[in-house]
Amino acid sequence: MSEQDIKVKVSHMTKKFGDLLVLNDISFNVKKGEFLCVVGPTGCGKTTFLNCLTKLDAYELTSGEILINNEPVDLMKHNIAYIFQEYSSFPWYTVEENIAYGLKIKRRPEKEIKEAVDEMLEMVGLTEFRNYYPDQLSASMLQRVSIARAFAVKPELLLMDEPYGQLDNELRYKLEDELIKLWKHTGTTVIFITHNIEEAVYLSENILVLTNKPTTIKKEIVNDLPRPRDVTEVNFNKLRDEVTDLIKWW
Amino acid sequence: MEQNGRLKPIISLRDVGKIFYSEHKTNEVVKGMNLDVSENEFVVLFGPGQCGKTTMINLIAGLELPTSGEVDVDGKKVTGPGPDRGVVYQRTSLFPFCTVMGNVEFGPKSRGIDKKTRRETAQYFIDLVGLQGFENTYPNRLSGGMRQRVGIARAYANNPKVMLMDEPFGHLDAQTRYMMEAELEKIWQKEKRTVVFVTNNSEEAVYLADRIIILTNTPTHIKEEVKVDLPRPRKYSDQAFLKIRRQIEDICESTR
Amino acid sequence: MSKKKGDREAVMYAILAIASFFVFWWFITTFTAAKQTTPGPIEVIQLLIKSLFEPIGNYTIFGHLMVSLRRVAVGFSVATILGIIFGIAMGTSDWARAIIKPIFELLRPIPPIAWIPIVILFFGIGELPKYVITGIGAFTNVTLNAYTAAENVDPELIGAAKMLGTDEKGIFFRVILPSCTPQIFAGMQVALSTSWMAVLAAEMVGAQEGCGWLILRGNDTLNIALVMVGMIVVGVVGFLLATIMRMAERRFCLWNRMGD
Repeated sequence: MSEQDIKVKVSHMTKKFGDLLVLNDISFNVKKGEFLCVVGPTGCGKTTFLNCLTKLDAYELTSGEILINNEPVDLMKHNIAYIFQEYSSFPWYTVEENIAYGLKIKRRPEKEIKEAVDEMLEMVGLTEFRNYYPDQLSASMLQRVSIARAFAVKPELLLMDEPYGQLDNELRYKLEDELIKLWKHTGTTVIFITHNIEEAVYLSENILVLTNKPTTIKKEIVNDLPRPRDVTEVNFNKLRDEVTDLIKWW
Repeated sequence: MEQNGRLKPIISLRDVGKIFYSEHKTNEVVKGMNLDVSENEFVVLFGPGQCGKTTMINLIAGLELPTSGEVDVDGKKVTGPGPDRGVVYQRTSLFPFCTVMGNVEFGPKSRGIDKKTRRETAQYFIDLVGLQGFENTYPNRLSGGMRQRVGIARAYANNPKVMLMDEPFGHLDAQTRYMMEAELEKIWQKEKRTVVFVTNNSEEAVYLADRIIILTNTPTHIKEEVKVDLPRPRKYSDQAFLKIRRQIEDICESTR
Repeated sequence: MSKKKGDREAVMYAILAIASFFVFWWFITTFTAAKQTTPGPIEVIQLLIKSLFEPIGNYTIFGHLMVSLRRVAVGFSVATILGIIFGIAMGTSDWARAIIKPIFELLRPIPPIAWIPIVILFFGIGELPKYVITGIGAFTNVTLNAYTAAENVDPELIGAAKMLGTDEKGIFFRVILPSCTPQIFAGMQVALSTSWMAVLAAEMVGAQEGCGWLILRGNDTLNIALVMVGMIVVGVVGFLLATIMRMAERRFCLWNRMGD
């Protein structure tokens, strides 16, 4: 791929805590508009991986570098959005105000904010609930608010850390389908971290399989299964088995 | 496991209904439920998120009493909680102030079993669930998977006729869940009991069940039953496995 | 590694802060107008050491301290036991709550000091009124904590115990009571400080001994150094009592501490 197509370029990312090596020489690229899933065994350094990727909590790499659009990561400059497992909506704001939050702190004009919020509410099906407060909503609705808030800022990179880990299967399926819809609609580059291999195979275009600590890349797998995908279909499960065999510890 | 008099059912629900009354409304959760479970059968109750699955477990446990109909366990009408039925909870509900040993021997101790016997029983089940070495650890130092193991050992230690499991792996991460499913299967093979297991995960249902009871939304009744005759231990990606999974998801309309 | 370092730093800062306080005290009592009225640290410490060996009133300072501690021990212990009983009764039984709670809620806001006249009227000026006043503050704190704790015992734990074949008595002693211990201990910590404060107040009315009497005696004889000696003893002992309670809590509520 050409240099222009690369959104995120990670080279030789290494992180030590004292003498403890946690991330060991990780290099990979993410293309513009790609949906990358990162899977690894339970207890592998996924959270450290994410924190290093974003310099969240002022994580400094021990060595290596991360480039976005061929420039070093800068949270003020690059438009990066996050979605975590905990629905981190502000309890004192309504659904609408929560979704608008990211745009407001970027001081976008009122009109633009309203349009973006309306569009997002429509996309995640929360239009009727725009004036509700988070504690009046169910778990799945809260997760939808998080997703709408993240997409509302039209991020160039969206990082998701196991957002559906605590949901039951039925809701997870629904939200995954909504996510795919939003991703296709916006063309956002997504890095999605999960424990769930089925989920990774269902969502991704590429899968990055990590090893146990010290974490390194075991394999990069291209996932070109046609969409919409079917979790009970043969080829789907072939790929799922392939990934499972790479990380199986249980 | 036919019910034509060949095997006496150990759990039997006859026209069971449950209505919750509150000040403003009545909420009919279970309606006209008829279900027989044979000895040592592994039955999975599978249904949508808000259906009355937990209420079903509570009715068999005796923590709730039916508003109509009758629940029998081992030929006796259920009138309240009792040690002939062991419960494993989603939130584990371990006693936080007891060690692993204290939790597992809680039941036998409550029933006045002497210390030596109950220690032996508890130790056997602690070993069975693979927690040897953690006897003196408090639950807050254990991982989610380990806590569920304690929950299973605690339920077994009373030697119940029936095990009731209410989405015990619902809060675990996907990989730990696979491990626990395999583990439960192994434990059950070694210590056969009648199990009623609640889940809304179709894969988990097909992996564990002899028979899957598919429930409707509230007021809950049985939509369909699916038998699973695959040899154990089962494999998630086998054709036959996937076919049954597809089938129950289609019945439930929770398909993708 | 870094934790130990942090602890050492904390101790260092504490010593530094206390030392600067003494320097500041010495400074204002040496170079400012305050020296007319206020004794300096050296004078106070000299008196403290002297009073360890020479009695003030009936006892040495150690004797007075023991008297106060004995009063706290009796008042606090009895109040704690009663508080646990009343609190758990309110938290677990509807009729106990219906009867006790209204009275309790009315009496709760009244501080121990406000009780002194009534208590003396009822019990005279012997040891008993001191126990009662010391106990009142402890009682409300422990009762309130035991009550909230008992009311909030996880119903699923009680259900689990019932399913395991536990009878009512077993549920009380093996589920409800242990569930409540961390919060009861939290209440006891506050209760002990309150008792320690209440005993001083009690000893300022109709007493011949104790730390409270010592401070009052200093005031009556215009011996400000003695007032300060009393204050220092009260402060240090109060701190030690709180530390002992925290250690006891750690010992008894091992299960409630998160892993580190």
